Amino acid sequence: MSLAVKAVGIRKRFGTHEVLKGLDLDVSYGEVVCILGPSGSGKSTFLRCINHLEVPNAGYVWIDGSIVGYEPRAGVLHELPVRRLRAQQRQLGMVFQHFNLFAHRTVLGNVIEGPMVVRGLRRAEAEARAMELLHQVGMADRASSYPSRLSGGQKQRVAIARALAMEPRVMLFDEPTSALDPELVGEVLEVMRGLARGGTTMIVVTHEIGFAREVADRVLVMIDGEIREMGKPEQVLSNPGDPRVRTFLSRVLS
Amino acid sequence: MTTPKPSQWLQVSDLPGPDAPRRQLAHPGRWISGAIGLLILALLVRAFAMGQIRWDVVGQFLTARVIIVGFGWTLLISACALALGVLLGLGFGIMRTAANPTLRFAAWLYVWIFRGTPVLLQLLIWFNIGLVFPRLYIPGLVDERMVDVVTPFVAAVLGLGVNEGSYLTEVVRGGIGSVDRGQIEAANTLGMTPGQTMRRIVLPQTLRLILPVLGNSAVGMLKFSSLAATIAMGEMLNAAQRIYFINGAVIELLFVCSIWYLTGTTLLSTGQFYLERHFGQSAASAGSRRQWFKTRSRQAIASGEA
Repeated sequence: MSLAVKAVGIRKRFGTHEVLKGLDLDVSYGEVVCILGPSGSGKSTFLRCINHLEVPNAGYVWIDGSIVGYEPRAGVLHELPVRRLRAQQRQLGMVFQHFNLFAHRTVLGNVIEGPMVVRGLRRAEAEARAMELLHQVGMADRASSYPSRLSGGQKQRVAIARALAMEPRVMLFDEPTSALDPELVGEVLEVMRGLARGGTTMIVVTHEIGFAREVADRVLVMIDGEIREMGKPEQVLSNPGDPRVRTFLSRVLS
Repeated sequence: MTTPKPSQWLQVSDLPGPDAPRRQLAHPGRWISGAIGLLILALLVRAFAMGQIRWDVVGQFLTARVIIVGFGWTLLISACALALGVLLGLGFGIMRTAANPTLRFAAWLYVWIFRGTPVLLQLLIWFNIGLVFPRLYIPGLVDERMVDVVTPFVAAVLGLGVNEGSYLTEVVRGGIGSVDRGQIEAANTLGMTPGQTMRRIVLPQTLRLILPVLGNSAVGMLKFSSLAATIAMGEMLNAAQRIYFINGAVIELLFVCSIWYLTGTTLLSTGQFYLERHFGQSAASAGSRRQWFKTRSRQAIASGEA
């Protein structure tokens, strides 16, 4: 398997508080990696550093033969102009905890926005592809609805279709089910399971241990800005070596 | 704990049927206050009818050609100044939120100067700008005497429009600030540039938020255009003044103007009501934010321009 994303020594400080203490992560194409950990451990910040929504204080992310946000010349990282940064960010589809759908656009409008504006597709082309994706996430019948008319689970499925429409190399999920009512979590996880089966490369920050156990190729547990445990789900979840990981898992599994 | 005893104990066997006729509570206070109000109104009408006002003169000048033409100028100045104000407000409002510190500072300076000085003063300065710059010279484009370029009409539109723009700059900045950050992040991750995000995601939602404010601006502008009378612009108030300097019917002509201004503002308010209702339906979720926004901008207008 060839390498899709490589994070190298990511450090992030907010004020004097160091949130990420030098994290490394390699993700191969087709792999599903789940990031677990107690709240405040820096999981979301790590994910946001990977697609440069947060700029790391040190370290960098490599994707598709380039460093996100920088160009190395003679050992120095030169900041890229925003246009080139955005072209890199497109490779990393992002699904947010709070959906972040465009409130003034319909479901279909949300999905075709990126393809038309950024990829330069014609409307007909973009709409045809968007309808396929909406079928895939089970939202085709609501294509002309506005986001305010949808349930949380429906919004999140639209948000997934919107990210997929950019045909990213890697999909990032930032606690995609944490803002949902319990009975709506299943429909979103079902869509994500489908993506994983289809070979989509995914990095998922989640509290859904069951989903991680079932779908992930690799699980990593973060505590206090460090990766404390990483490996196959059965190994990490059933028999963690690190005592703090054991405490965390016993709390969420009970 | 004792429950208070009802004045009349109803036996269950005496209960009326569910369809028993009902009588609404009488509201004597409303009738009394209504009667008093009508009485005061009648006294006021009588006072003005018996006062030294020649109502026939009011009626005569209400449709006089000079007044109608003046009202036309009033409308034209208001419309042009409002359009200029909206353009400036959008431009500087976007600059206020720019990443480039020079742009931010320029927009701040604009607001500082034009919101910090009285609009009447600004009108006089625009009208007399020729004293500072006798000629307007842009190589290859314009080379004219300033007094020929800045006519009273141009001075009025510039004065009112540039002033209004400084208020709308703050309104637009607030509107941009209230668009959900998450949507901007989502646009970033789709690969949209800052310009694309502003045009396609932020501004459409901002405009919806500031629409009610624009209604207020339009009403305000119609009234503030009367200030142009002081710089020899022949709008309605100026026309009325010229007439009463000759015939001495001061209050009659001022009443004529009042009637026309009230007509204009009533029409604008009606239009605003329907516009707001239309957009209120389609953007129900943004309702609470818009409400906050409206009260805030009204306060700004009240404290700034009054």
